[in-house]
Amino acid sequence: MTLDATDRTILNHLQDGFPVSPDPFAEAAKEMGLTEDDLLARLTRMKEARIITRFGPFFDAEAMGGAFCLCAMAVPDAEFEQVLTKVNARPEVAHNYERTHRLNMWFVLATETTQEIEAVARSLERETGLRVLCFPKLREFFIGFRVAA
Amino acid sequence: MTIDATDRRIIAATQSGLPLVPQPYRAVALELGLTEADLCARLRAMQERGVVRRVAVAPNHYALGMVANGMSVWDVEDAAVADLGAKVGALDYVSHCYERPRALPDWPYNLFAMVHGQSRHEVEEKRARIAALLGVACRGNDILYSTRILKKTGLRLRQKEA
Repeated sequence: MTLDATDRTILNHLQDGFPVSPDPFAEAAKEMGLTEDDLLARLTRMKEARIITRFGPFFDAEAMGGAFCLCAMAVPDAEFEQVLTKVNARPEVAHNYERTHRLNMWFVLATETTQEIEAVARSLERETGLRVLCFPKLREFFIGFRVAA
Repeated sequence: MTIDATDRRIIAATQSGLPLVPQPYRAVALELGLTEADLCARLRAMQERGVVRRVAVAPNHYALGMVANGMSVWDVEDAAVADLGAKVGALDYVSHCYERPRALPDWPYNLFAMVHGQSRHEVEEKRARIAALLGVACRGNDILYSTRILKKTGLRLRQKEA
């Protein structure tokens, strides 16, 4: 689908927030000079066309319980697929990306407790014979990210 | 930041999104056997505690032309990382910004910032702007582009605990 100026206004406006109140669409529509029906129809269309990935509350994964840690490995090219199979077989591995660096495999471990992060990392080291570097979050900075529509 | 069983049910019911109906909170509340007022009060309370980061639209970066991204990493003086990290995080082209431990000697970087742009060239320009912002407090930097998604599963609330 192609986006018109109104669709773009909606995307820009609603990235900043959406009301938590009984008639939130009517409220947000009014702020943008639209009708509630038009706003709902456009959001539905953009969601169906996958211009909108998600619409609703975004939760802090850690606040919901559990521990997360970014980890990295330097995997030799010749062993890459073999190591990948071992790493991805772990249900604790949530995301995994190949990246342009000597440390070429970057994944997130998600477990119930912090101790389990360490245990899974050490067990992957034993299984692959490679080091698993752990980069836990020490501090998170407020995110001002916006996609200009 | 603690959440109770009802909060968990709210998270489970809304983590894939709000229904696109005129009264979405009422619809969710009905489904959970709560009142709309209770649901909204709990969402607001979770927002205040940081459990809910925001209620908003997340556009698809790719569909809007933001097809390039790189994980920029910076070796910033420890004394300056709190102030400078906050400045980098506030940039509108940075989607995640964290202080993480170094892993010397392999890895000297302690500030991670995901940079987005329309092209790799644009991402490199933004990286240069971050370098200028960090100034002399930064002793080195690098950027890692992803060449392949090897696994992607959402971080979702486990249903058994919901």
